[in-house]
Amino acid sequence: MNKLKIVLLLILTIIGVNTVNAQISDMLNRSEVHGSFQVDGQYYQADNALGITDSILGGRKMGLNGFGKITYNLGKFSAGMRYEAYLTPIAGFDPALEGNGFPNLWASYNDDNFSVTVGSFYEQFGNGLVLRTYEEWALGYDNALNGVRVTYEPVRGLLFKGVYGTQRYFWDKFEKNDRGIVRGVDAEMDFNTLFTGMTNSKFRFVLGGSMVSKYQIDENPIYKLPENVASFAGRANIGYGKFNISTEYAYKINDPSAINNYIYKEGQAFLASLSYSTKGLGLFAQFKRIDNFSFRSDRDVTANALDISYLPPISESHTYALTSMYPYATQPNGEIGFQFQVNYKVPKKSKLGGKYGMGIAINYSQINDIVRNKVNDTTAINQKGTLGYTSDFLKFGDRIFWRDLNISINKKFSKKVKGIFQYMYQTYDIATIEGHPGEPAVNSHIAVADVNYKFTNRKSLRIELQGLWTKEDMGDWAAILLEYTISPHWFFSVTDQYNYGNAVKADQIHYFSAAFGYTHNTTRFQFNYGRQREGIVCIGGVCRQVPASSGLSVSISTNF
Amino acid sequence: MKNLILVSLLSLLSLMAISQNAEKNTNLPSVNIKTLDGQTFNTQDITNDGKPVIISFWALWCKPCKKELDAFNENYEDWVDETGVKVYAVSIDDSRSTAKVLPFVSGKDWEFDVLLYPNGDFKRAMNVNMIPHTFLLDGDGKIVYQHTSYYEGGEYELYELVKKVANGESISDK
Repeated sequence: MNKLKIVLLLILTIIGVNTVNAQISDMLNRSEVHGSFQVDGQYYQADNALGITDSILGGRKMGLNGFGKITYNLGKFSAGMRYEAYLTPIAGFDPALEGNGFPNLWASYNDDNFSVTVGSFYEQFGNGLVLRTYEEWALGYDNALNGVRVTYEPVRGLLFKGVYGTQRYFWDKFEKNDRGIVRGVDAEMDFNTLFTGMTNSKFRFVLGGSMVSKYQIDENPIYKLPENVASFAGRANIGYGKFNISTEYAYKINDPSAINNYIYKEGQAFLASLSYSTKGLGLFAQFKRIDNFSFRSDRDVTANALDISYLPPISESHTYALTSMYPYATQPNGEIGFQFQVNYKVPKKSKLGGKYGMGIAINYSQINDIVRNKVNDTTAINQKGTLGYTSDFLKFGDRIFWRDLNISINKKFSKKVKGIFQYMYQTYDIATIEGHPGEPAVNSHIAVADVNYKFTNRKSLRIELQGLWTKEDMGDWAAILLEYTISPHWFFSVTDQYNYGNAVKADQIHYFSAAFGYTHNTTRFQFNYGRQREGIVCIGGVCRQVPASSGLSVSISTNF
Repeated sequence: MKNLILVSLLSLLSLMAISQNAEKNTNLPSVNIKTLDGQTFNTQDITNDGKPVIISFWALWCKPCKKELDAFNENYEDWVDETGVKVYAVSIDDSRSTAKVLPFVSGKDWEFDVLLYPNGDFKRAMNVNMIPHTFLLDGDGKIVYQHTSYYEGGEYELYELVKKVANGESISDK
């Protein structure tokens, strides 16, 4: 009897283990693990010409920014984590980033028409005017929401989203009342998917709406501040044949904050763009108006953090060293502007196009201040604790924040030679954008020639020549870059930027640097040695000041 | 403490899965992105009837990306004739310039499909750190190769792999 029991138990155990084993093995077979890593390190050295002495460095000779991210997927389930280390943050990153740990952990379940995420997540409603959380490694920016996100698609073409949580603020863990709580819902209807009759229609229509609210306790001794601030946005995307219109309007109730000088005015944001696209030609026009629309989950914070809204700048984002010297950043307290763009491809074998055709791009953007009128005779414009000001919706203020006309030509001359040529005239209100009151606007002419010569299919030399001419700020600049590449693995480059027109003789500095890099599949190493000019790095709507530095920097990244 | 448990658990799972996955190519994640006219497009719909697919992440502000896609475009007709390959260029531009992508692409006269993705979901799901980042999928939709950065002539290297994949050859040593 006992023997039978033991045998039975043994058989059951074997079956059991095998089943579990099979299950585990099956589970592992369906599991996927992916990840990515990046480490950026910098070694600083003293450089008297740049005013960097050993005592300024004060022993902080190294900076390191690194992250590692692992995601795990099993069918409908996924989870992940992100580790970050800023020890110490590289010069130009917010010192509040110093530290290390796991800022982001998340898990989510995605069914066909339903998903739920807990932990850190990124979300954007429409253009992001009332909600956008995102992460930009190159800026050290991360305003991830930590909480719950649910999406639900009852029928194809109709999507609901809901979010609830608190935002990341560097390394500070959320504690009661130390920042606001954000909650929001969004709905989007894609008519062409929703209604079968419209599937193949030339007319395309997408409609969306969102509502976002933040709750933050009022502990202000002087003012009675709104503890719940609601914002609403509606958007539409209309296409007809070659035309496309995209627009969004957002409204926010009064939200006194450190950014708007604690005024009780409501906020508005409006974006509209129209484009026409046909083979070889694209036309684009855009209008934007922002009025008192800084929306953050802590009304007292002024650092680059805790933004709930994202107010995209509508200027062209330039990438050459001198064209991006004076980049525009959205003024959340108020701006009005427009942009036009033409992209045209001169056909192959035409007189102007030559054998290979030629690309032409023209862009003009201008952004002014809005008009502000007194609310009454006894209140100054933007006076603290008042309604602030009134403003006409379509009126342009006198002050020009930004103006940029640029023309770029892209041409292939032969199998071996091709080039990009760019001219730009720019006005940059340095007093407003960089907060240097009294400084005159910088008007500059900028020219770039970027020529590529192909020795063989794999070996190429690229030469960039750039000039920036202005009477203001630091005066004239010239820049040269030589880059030799051996595809697909190697690059070597040397560059010099020379501030030859600086009014101060001692500041007529050469910024030499040399770099090389090696890429194998998705693993990339890059080394750079030399001087780095003081400047501003902007991506999307956020900018970061980079101080001048000198030394060696290393960047390693990979993913799997 | 909770974090520690979660982290250890995930690390353990990762290790187990990595060891299992060593020989396995991976599928595309399912993410809702957008077409150029604002309609929803699921990344699982990136298919090409058993022929290879190239997915390239790019942005208007990325010069090497635009050079790479120009190079793809110059060769695209030949490539399609010879291997049936299909290129999807996924723009990671944010709302600053999403509306500009369509007229830009028309002005460039690119002949392949261009997609937009709101706020980086697809990029995060694919673990793209920097662009250009290019993926090659085989006829079964499995990712068989990926590469970051573009140097002049990089398209030839990629096309050699496309031909191998189109012929059903393995490129697992890559």
